[in-house]
Amino acid sequence: MLEVNDLHVHLETPAGLVKAVDGVSFRLEAGQTIGIVGESGSGKSVLAHSLTKLNPEPPATYPKGEILFQGENILTMNKRRLRSMRGNEIAMIFQDPMSSLNPVFKIGKQLIEAIQTHQKLSKKEAQQKAIELLTDVGIPDPERRMQSYPHQFSGGMRQRVLIAIALAARPKLLIADEPTTALDVTIQAQIIELLKSIQQKYGTAIIMITHDLGVVANLADRILVMYAGKIVESASTADIFYKTAMPYTWSLLRSIPRLDAGASERLLHIEGQPPNLIDPPQGCNFHPRCPFARDACLQENPPLGERGPGHLAACVLSQPEFEKEKKGVLLS
Amino acid sequence: MTALLEIKDLHVHFPIKNGTFQKKTGKVKALNGIDLAVNKGEVLGIVGESGCGKSTLARSIVGLQKPTSGDILFNGEAYTDASAKEIYELRRNMQMVFQDPYTSLNPRMKVSDSIAAPLKAYKQTKNLESRVKELMELVGLNPDMHYNRLPHEFSGGQRQRIGIARAIALEPKLIVCDEPVSALDVSVQAQVINLFQDLQKKLNLTYVFIAHDLSVINHIADRVAVMYLGKVMEKSNRETFQAHAQHPYTNALLSAVPLPDPDKERTRERIVLKGELPSPANPPSGCVFHTRCPKATEFCKTNIPVPEERGVPGQEVACFYPVGEEEKVRITL
Repeated sequence: MLEVNDLHVHLETPAGLVKAVDGVSFRLEAGQTIGIVGESGSGKSVLAHSLTKLNPEPPATYPKGEILFQGENILTMNKRRLRSMRGNEIAMIFQDPMSSLNPVFKIGKQLIEAIQTHQKLSKKEAQQKAIELLTDVGIPDPERRMQSYPHQFSGGMRQRVLIAIALAARPKLLIADEPTTALDVTIQAQIIELLKSIQQKYGTAIIMITHDLGVVANLADRILVMYAGKIVESASTADIFYKTAMPYTWSLLRSIPRLDAGASERLLHIEGQPPNLIDPPQGCNFHPRCPFARDACLQENPPLGERGPGHLAACVLSQPEFEKEKKGVLLS
Repeated sequence: MTALLEIKDLHVHFPIKNGTFQKKTGKVKALNGIDLAVNKGEVLGIVGESGCGKSTLARSIVGLQKPTSGDILFNGEAYTDASAKEIYELRRNMQMVFQDPYTSLNPRMKVSDSIAAPLKAYKQTKNLESRVKELMELVGLNPDMHYNRLPHEFSGGQRQRIGIARAIALEPKLIVCDEPVSALDVSVQAQVINLFQDLQKKLNLTYVFIAHDLSVINHIADRVAVMYLGKVMEKSNRETFQAHAQHPYTNALLSAVPLPDPDKERTRERIVLKGELPSPANPPSGCVFHTRCPKATEFCKTNIPVPEERGVPGQEVACFYPVGEEEKVRITL
């Protein structure tokens, strides 16, 4: 359904050119959920915004690559087609539910506007539809809540409203950019359950962008791990967690505090900071922080190589070599 | 053993003012009867959702917020009505690390000056430069490279290190940490958590560690207090917190935390709480949790539970119907 081929997105900043997305390729089938995981500055949000060409231009440019959505290239679409596609076929929800809603309009008005933009419905029909949508996303007493303003809603409820707006036109693909980061754990659990039930009900494909591997463990079929604008590992969710093939993914997994950890378990931390993308390191982007770095890592940025069926990783180490190295680090 | 810090029946209420004449129309009960004790050398973790009053508690402990009623004792001495001078003396032994490493440092002050500020305030200016360098080394900053830099030249994790260096400068006994790692990226968060643990051992520190992330608390705390709407719902040791939580709220929180493990995620049960946190301006009657509690009965609507031990030693739970072992949702730890 969605195919991204060798996508490059550059941002021109006064300090220099930032290669925010640097040669990313992936595929998404209908009804599938993909998790894109990375730390801040890894390029995951720029990538997500590129999928509907939402990055402001300038500073963003798309020097290379294509994004095929049902065979059409989004990057070369004309503005009219792009507008009709956004919201209709691909919808997005964002991290901050307050700044995504207009504070001076009632929730109902904003929902009806979204519905009438995409469908030719009378006001009354749109209103009926809006109530249905609010019921769908689990907002109690929807008729009354239509008359409320965004500030009268809590963070979790606002995120539900945004999901309702996103679902207004029954999109085939929902892109969720850190939808639960600003929410408390109990509300996060509610929103994740909601996304799951929506997917089951309507077969919507979801791209979930997050820095929290715990969130995607529950939700995603496949996970792409991003580091410094590149995909460094791409595999089924189980393979990412149990057959990790890339040192960054592995270190990241071991640096997460876990609720199921024992008393004296020390976190394995990754030294240093994520790289500056204006002046990325020579060779592999991760080598200055990698516990397994060797001379070969300085030479070139390793391409994604196959580690198993549907499992790609970008590392000079082969899987058996990596397994041996991991044991060494864990023993020390 | 006497506790280093003791909090007795602490209440903090904020007035709600309305209208032209700012008439008092109600109050927000941010803290509503908190009892806690922290022993020397231990880490007390405080968890709860936003709006439960955990930051107000932190501010009350360091004397930034005056309590409405109740007592806070440090080394057995109450300081709730202390004068400014007494608070000044107190802060020599009690420091704070803040959540936001971007706003808690003065952008115009050199890093070395920020770290030296508490030393100057307490007139410990002997060998100031070497002391500051020593502190920088202790928190993993490079004194030769970073001494004269300004905060904007640092990343979030490094700024938090600066904040920690400033907090330990006076060799305090107690450090109150208010969400010190929640603004950081995962890989950097682990660095800072490890730093907190190393410093605690090295300097024999006591922490009150506030976080909304239960996994972080699980890593760092010796004892855990779970807060909800200005009240402590459950107090326990780290081990029993994880495996034998008795309060329905604690169990719901534990089950909501995502585990970075797809197999466990698939098999574990999740208690999804209905609704949202009620407003602290108008808290529910009886047990404050009854509006969202899966086990609530009519009795809970009118009676207020007090924290008491119910079968697990060292664990106090404020609930009439604590979750028993047999019915406890296996969160598959």
